[in-house]
Formats: sequence, C-alpha cells, structure tokens
Amino acid sequence: MGRIVLDQVKKRFGDVTVIPELDLEIEDGEFVVFVGPSGCGKSTLLRLIAGLEDVTDGKIVIDGTDATEVPPARRGLAMVFQSYALYPHMSVRKNIAFPLRMARLAPAEQKRRVEQAAEVLNLTDYLDRRPGQLSGGQRQRVAIGRAIVREPSAFLFDEPLSNLDAALRVGMRLEISELHKRLKTTMIYVTHDQVEAMTMADKIVVLQAGVIEQVGSPLELYRRPRNTFVAGFIGSPKMNLICGPEAAKHDATTIGIRPEHIDISETDGAWKGTIGVSEHLGSDTFFHVQCDGLAEPLTVRAPGERALSYGADVHLTPRREHMHRFDAQGLRID
Amino acid sequence: MATQHSRSAARLMMAPAVILLLGWMLVPLTMTLFFSFKRYLPLRGDSLERGLDWVGFENYARFLSSSSFWPSVQATLVIVGGVLVVTVVLGVLLALLLDQPFWGQGIVRILVIAPFFVMPTVSALVWKNMFMDPVNGILAHLWRFFGAEPVSWLSDASLQSIILIVSWQWLPFATLILLTAVQSLDSEQLEAAEMDGAPAFARFGFIILPHLARAITIVILIQTIFLLSIFAEIFVTTGGSFGTRTLTYLIFQRVVDSQNIGLGSAGGVYAIILANIIAIFLMRIVGKNLDR
Repeated sequence: MGRIVLDQVKKRFGDVTVIPELDLEIEDGEFVVFVGPSGCGKSTLLRLIAGLEDVTDGKIVIDGTDATEVPPARRGLAMVFQSYALYPHMSVRKNIAFPLRMARLAPAEQKRRVEQAAEVLNLTDYLDRRPGQLSGGQRQRVAIGRAIVREPSAFLFDEPLSNLDAALRVGMRLEISELHKRLKTTMIYVTHDQVEAMTMADKIVVLQAGVIEQVGSPLELYRRPRNTFVAGFIGSPKMNLICGPEAAKHDATTIGIRPEHIDISETDGAWKGTIGVSEHLGSDTFFHVQCDGLAEPLTVRAPGERALSYGADVHLTPRREHMHRFDAQGLRID
Repeated sequence: MATQHSRSAARLMMAPAVILLLGWMLVPLTMTLFFSFKRYLPLRGDSLERGLDWVGFENYARFLSSSSFWPSVQATLVIVGGVLVVTVVLGVLLALLLDQPFWGQGIVRILVIAPFFVMPTVSALVWKNMFMDPVNGILAHLWRFFGAEPVSWLSDASLQSIILIVSWQWLPFATLILLTAVQSLDSEQLEAAEMDGAPAFARFGFIILPHLARAITIVILIQTIFLLSIFAEIFVTTGGSFGTRTLTYLIFQRVVDSQNIGLGSAGGVYAIILANIIAIFLMRIVGKNLDR
C-alpha cells in the first residue's frame, strides 16, 4: 500500500516561502516524477513527504492515516539520496541490513532478505566490499537495496542519477523502471531532467517556485501543456515559443511549435529563413534557423541525415494541428 | 614533483629545515646518551673539563632498582590514560553540542578554546589556589555550603586532581579536532539512518562514532606525545608527592634535587624507550584507522 495525499501543504524557511500551498494525490503503485528547474522546491516537497522537514501548515496523509507528525522512521517510506548516503565504514551487506538490524529482525531473516535484494540488484559478488570500493552505479544499487529490504509502502528518490555518467544513467533509468514494474510499489522520483521524467513516469508533476504547474501522464503533458512554462520544459529539444505579430495571426499572445512538428524545405514554405548551427545526431538532424520577422531562432528537427550548410536559405512550415496557442497570462487556449 | 630537476630543488629547499630539526634533536640525545654512561656529580667536583669517569651501565641499573621507578611509570601511565579518557569522552560530547545551532555560537566556540591559551603553570596555580584549596577554594566553599567536610584535593585525591587540571587544559584541543570531524559528516548519512529507523543513540553509535574514529586516534596520538612529558602542573601543585611523581618528574629530581646528572640521563633514556613503546602501539592502531 502506498497512497499519499498532500492536503494544503505549506513550507516556509523563516521568511522565505518555498511551497505556498499545495494539494496532490499519489495513487498506490504509481511512479510519480517531480520535475522542475533547480530551486523549484521539488526536493523540499520530497523531504516533507519523508518527514525530514516539518510542514509549516497542512496535512500529509499516508494510506489514510495522518502522518504529518509521524517521525520519518515510522512512515513506512524508504529514501534513496542524491549522494547515496551509504555508511562508509560498513560493508555492502551491513549497509543493506542496517534498516533490518534497526528493526530487530532475526539474523536469519536479515540474511535472507539481504541476499534476496542483492540478487535482484546484481550485488551478490560485492556483498563483502566497502562502499568506497564500488563504482558509482554499484553504490546506487546498494542505496536502492537498502531501500527495498524494508519493503516500504513507497520509495522516495532524490535525484538519484545526477552523479552518474550519461551512459550509466540510461542503464539505471531502465533498471529503476523495471524494479517498479516488478515491485508495483509507489515510487516518487525527483529530477530536474525532463528526459528522466518522460521516460520513467506514470504521472509527472511539473513544479515551479513551489507551485504545481501541471499534473499528468508524460504524453498528456507533451500533447497538451497547460501553460508556456510546461510547454517549454517538457520535450527535447525545447518547444519553439513565438510571440509578436506571427502569434497574433493565430489569435494568441504566444504560439508554440515543437521542433519535430516543423517541416523544412529548400523550395517553399510559410516562413523563410537561413540556417545557423546544425547538429547531426545520425538519427536526426537539428537545425537552428533564423527566420525573417521572428526574434528568436527556431529549432527544427529533420529525420535522418540532411545536408544543409550554414547560411543556406530554407523554408519552414509548421503543422497547424500540432500548434499550441497561449494567451497573455501564458495559459493554453483550446 | 615530476621531473628530476624539481625533485632535487625540493630537496635543496627542505634541507635547512631538516638539518635544523635533526640538530635540535640529535645534539641533546647524544649528550643524554653520553652522560648516562658517566659518573657526573657536580657537587662532588665532577666537571667536563676534568673529564668524567666511565661507569658503564651502573646508572641504568641504579635508576631501575630505585624503589620510585616503577611507581613513577605507573603514575605516568595513569595520568596519561586518565586525561585521554576524559578529554576524548568529553571532547566528543562537547563537539556534538557545539555543532548544534544556538545563539552566541561564535563566542561560545572562542570561550571553549580559551583554556588552551593559558600557560600550564598559571592554570595549575589557579586550580590549586582558587578551586582546590581546602580552606579558601571555591570547591571547599561549595562543600561547606552543602554541609560536607571540604576535601584536600591535592593530597587526598592527588592523581585525580592532576588529571582534572590537565584534562581541563587539553579538552579544547580534543574538542576542536573532533568538532571539525563532526562537521565533515555528510548530513544525508544521518538522515538516511533516521529513515532506516535508527534512534538518536543508534545514530551516534553506528554513524557518528565510526566517522569520528580517525579524529579520535589523531587526538590520542598527539595528546600522548605531550602528556608523557607534563611537568609544570605537577611542579606547582604537589611537587611530586602523594603519588604524583611521574617518570619526567623523577628524572627532574635526580638531576636537580640530587644533582646526579648521570643518573638522570639514564632515566631520560628509559623515558625515551617508554615513549617509543607507546608510540609503536599507537602507530599500529592509527595506521589501521588511517588506511581506510
């Protein structure tokens, strides 16, 4: 079980309000990702759920019981920290067994659970090593192992992959997703990387300055961003946001069009422009095109390899059905 | 220091310091060794100009067979051990306390260091006359206030009193080193332990204390070096009586009171041997802790 409800939760540090007032429901078994730029309060929110920070006002309900005043150890949650927070003087085995030891489980049961967790996480060969002798990915797995042996009602991940190199991050992303599929336990995951959010989440919560901008499945957020912030944050590369007369033509203050929804042609199109930098990824080519009459250059995706040189004249055509329109407050117009 | 050239340059620049240190150490050591094999009683007219008699190991045998030798070794070890226990235990507790945020933290931290700046002679005299005096001392007044008979600390509980005075002086040192160690502990580790269900005492025992192990060994090592040679505190308080005659003090008495330089030098060599035995033990423990 792991249904977590935040009811009008507020958090202030002295005079600084980090989270003004926030309501959120997390269903049992969901993989929820809190995503937002750094300093948006996502880590604070996670620590409030964990009980490592006290809420200033409001309630946190875990599985139907008010957990606002319950100490962290008794909330039945397990956390994986950004720095992994492994105990450096203990072997991997002792690290993973630590929560069980604190819960005074029988040694035989401790051993069984530790070995089971080690097997799941491919750590069996490393059980007698110290954290200092492990690679980043292995340390990460030990931290996860220490979380799963407790059989918590929910896992909390605080930017767990930010200390890993790019290749390892992709691998660990997959492993955590698989773990979620197998355990079917609620997971709350904090990241500033929208790719992690898109690939792993059942539900994404986009935060800015402590306020929830939008909640929804990855594709909902991709297809129908509620405002310009979400539109610009979700998707890679970023959505092109165009203001001014070009937007006014579509009865909007701002229009948004994703790089993958613009067709590029050498002969004709809606907008005329010149190519700036081009990024060749092999599978795709991204062009930065400065269009006549637009302030910012547009990013355009062309599938496969396209050979267009710097300074070449091109024509761009946005696909009308994929265009997003926003009003003066930055809210979506349907 | 990659190239041959920079290596030799480094050696050249370090040479003055190394030579000075070696000289400072080797000259007194050689003199001590030299005198320890000689009969040298200035009051009986022995002097370097007239030449000293070679007596072999006679000084060593006499120093060892003296009835005050073993008690002095024991007193030394009791004082060193006692001070180490007190400073490390209180140092850990004080460091944890000073790590907490509270009003006036900066001033309190400076006050904690203060005893370290007081000269040993002065602090021992202050303790002797202002605190431990059985008639006018603050402790005597306190005892009388509660209707108890004042204790004559320096004669009835002499070793404990010396340990108290010396601990007071060395506590700041231990606290400072341990405080920096406490501050270097990753707070996420403590939070992780808290989430893992460890109550405060378990967090102390399983996370904080192991983290401090290295700092504690360093405190023990450095303090031992200095504590083996404490002298002023004993000189101005008990004067070596009431069982507070340490090895250092015994050597002082042999050389200055008895005017027997040869015998004192032999005692000095024993002190060097004792210090080295302890140092080897400590180095083993420290080495084990520092290797991690």
